[in-house]
Amino acid sequence: MDVRTHMSMIFHLDKCIGCHTCSVACKNLWTDRKGAEYMWWNNVETRPGTGYPTQWENQEHFRGGWEKKKGKLDLKLHSRLEGIFKLFYNPSLPDLRDYYEPFTFDYQNLFNSPKKNVQPIAEPISMITGDPIDIETGPNWDDDLGGSNIYAKNDLNLEGLPQEVREQMNELERLVFNYLPRICNHCLNPACVAACPSGAIYKRDEDGVVLVNENDCRAWRMCVAACPYKKVYYNWNTGKSEKCILCFPRMETGQAPACAHSCVGRIRYMGVLLYDADQIPKAAEVSDDELIAAHREMILDPFDPKVIAAAKENGIGDDWIESAQNSPAYKFVKEWEIALPLHPEFRTMVMMYYIPPLSPVVSVTEKSLFRLDLMQEDYDFELFDRLDAARLPIKYLANLFSAGDEGIIRTVLRKLLAVRIYMRRKTVHGKVDSVSRKTLAEAGLTEEQAIDMYKMTTLPTMEERFVFPNYHREMSIEAMLDPLTHKGEVGLGYIQQPKRGE
Amino acid sequence: MDWNQFFFVVFPYISLALFVAVTIYRLVYRPFTQSSLSSQLLERKRLYWGSIPFHHGITWILLFHLLALLFPKAILVMNATPLRLYLLELSGFALGLWALVGVVVLIWRRLTTPYIKAVTSTMDIIVLLLTLVSVITGVLTASLYRFGSVWFTGVFTPYLWSVLLFQPRPELVEPLPWLIQLHLINNFIILAVFPFSRLVHILALPLDYLIRPWQLVIGMRDRKNS
Repeated sequence: MDVRTHMSMIFHLDKCIGCHTCSVACKNLWTDRKGAEYMWWNNVETRPGTGYPTQWENQEHFRGGWEKKKGKLDLKLHSRLEGIFKLFYNPSLPDLRDYYEPFTFDYQNLFNSPKKNVQPIAEPISMITGDPIDIETGPNWDDDLGGSNIYAKNDLNLEGLPQEVREQMNELERLVFNYLPRICNHCLNPACVAACPSGAIYKRDEDGVVLVNENDCRAWRMCVAACPYKKVYYNWNTGKSEKCILCFPRMETGQAPACAHSCVGRIRYMGVLLYDADQIPKAAEVSDDELIAAHREMILDPFDPKVIAAAKENGIGDDWIESAQNSPAYKFVKEWEIALPLHPEFRTMVMMYYIPPLSPVVSVTEKSLFRLDLMQEDYDFELFDRLDAARLPIKYLANLFSAGDEGIIRTVLRKLLAVRIYMRRKTVHGKVDSVSRKTLAEAGLTEEQAIDMYKMTTLPTMEERFVFPNYHREMSIEAMLDPLTHKGEVGLGYIQQPKRGE
Repeated sequence: MDWNQFFFVVFPYISLALFVAVTIYRLVYRPFTQSSLSSQLLERKRLYWGSIPFHHGITWILLFHLLALLFPKAILVMNATPLRLYLLELSGFALGLWALVGVVVLIWRRLTTPYIKAVTSTMDIIVLLLTLVSVITGVLTASLYRFGSVWFTGVFTPYLWSVLLFQPRPELVEPLPWLIQLHLINNFIILAVFPFSRLVHILALPLDYLIRPWQLVIGMRDRKNS
């Protein structure tokens, strides 16, 4: 057992209102620079939809992630030798137009325009060439466009859904969509690291953050193509790859990453997960239907004395173990088993998890629409037993979060519904009846767990949502350096300006 | 000092000194500036027709030049049979033409595509023009002064070694036609420009990728179990 630690984020999709505050916080902090305008290290997608960059899940086109070749796990992008030959031109690299052309507006024209009979306008101009452009797309162009013919209908996760269900999802009265915030998944088996010919990308041992060493990056841009989530970006100005750094300078000082900290719906949780690195190769190779089980198996119980002993042998301090015991991530992923990885079939072993959305709370019956949040208890139970009637099809969620396995999604949704039913009895009726207890039992939860889940979902404090260990930066390599080395710098500023090379 | 002395003795040493000293300085102290500066993200169709022919052509040609410098006897032995000589000459000529097509497309792309203009520096254009001169003089030499792979080993190999060993023998290249001399001088200019331009990306050719482990983990913990 090779115990290691990882900082994991949980996205509670039921609570996401799609406001993009996370994206804006990230943009202001990290990517508000020349060459990085088009990058959204954090973005929010409307689902069903085509996402950003457009159809990023289409791995036949972009060739991201891993696949089994002759029984061995290999990069879908290239073999090592192919990688060298594709340095000059990489056919799988997304084009700028797959993201969008960054634009601004010519505001000066409002002031400098000569006197005319018409109002001056601020024309849209490209942030790359400075020429006027027609804005055709943007990072969230499909925002809230559930049911649209160009966005929702082209979502690859609709594969395997019966035609009538697909059509139903596009009917005006029955439109359905949910939000999917995405950051870098800081995978355990990252394809970007494996694809980088220069070896410039690496994973930090302590917290698992995957980082690009920009001094080593040589712009071969294989990482951009190899990441199945398209979360490594190429800075066209500096000629270096960039990606989400999980706000490690904030985490090291005990603050949540900007996206999580600014979240209006408080959908994000963060905490330490202990995992067994010895199990990664096996867990990445199992067949599709065993992926989630193998992934959960790999996450270790921080209360198990054997795990604690092995962790200490690996140099993991008591405070990290204690932090792992208080981690909300552990509760959601392992204890309650309601948080799932996004697209586990890409086999990069992601470490950010999603609680699939139960909402929209309106579902369809034969007669008419009916609402789950009304006080008619029968409906609750009807949906509990007939999850297939849910407006967001189970199969769709399964394609997103469980490699197509509907059983796993059903189990998760039944747990979430059971807690909702139980708490409604408790708070509205003032007492818990046998029926709601039975529902809980059927979903595989105890009353204690239900109350914990309810509290962690609806009432957590900031300290309960974000549990950070002490990073002990005083122990790090910087402590050995001359403190004046970095004098005059601000934060993690560069010793040399990140200027484009000649 | 006559011109021959300058171009074939003094200038080679200036360019070699710049090449070695500035390149080392840049790689060690300015690693951020070393990048292939790919522009595929901004424009890909013309790049396809420019980058692939140019890079594949020029890589093989440079490799042949290097082989002739390091193993001149092997080249001569290989050329002993006319058929093998013709094949070598023909493939060299074809690769040269291929690289020429590529560099012309790349120049056209850089000068006419608005997206590429946005990331073009003066040095980029200088490098492309120098490369164009090198490829054109090279291809012309190959077609006008046959058979290069034979006389290269008798003229250029000893001359280049004499420069590298600090016993320059300019008399070896002085009698050559001006076209071949231009090819030589132009390449010394490229060598001088090398560390100041994007050409340093040649040294980043990541051959260690063939053998390194897939995953890289860096940390400060002392792990016992792995």
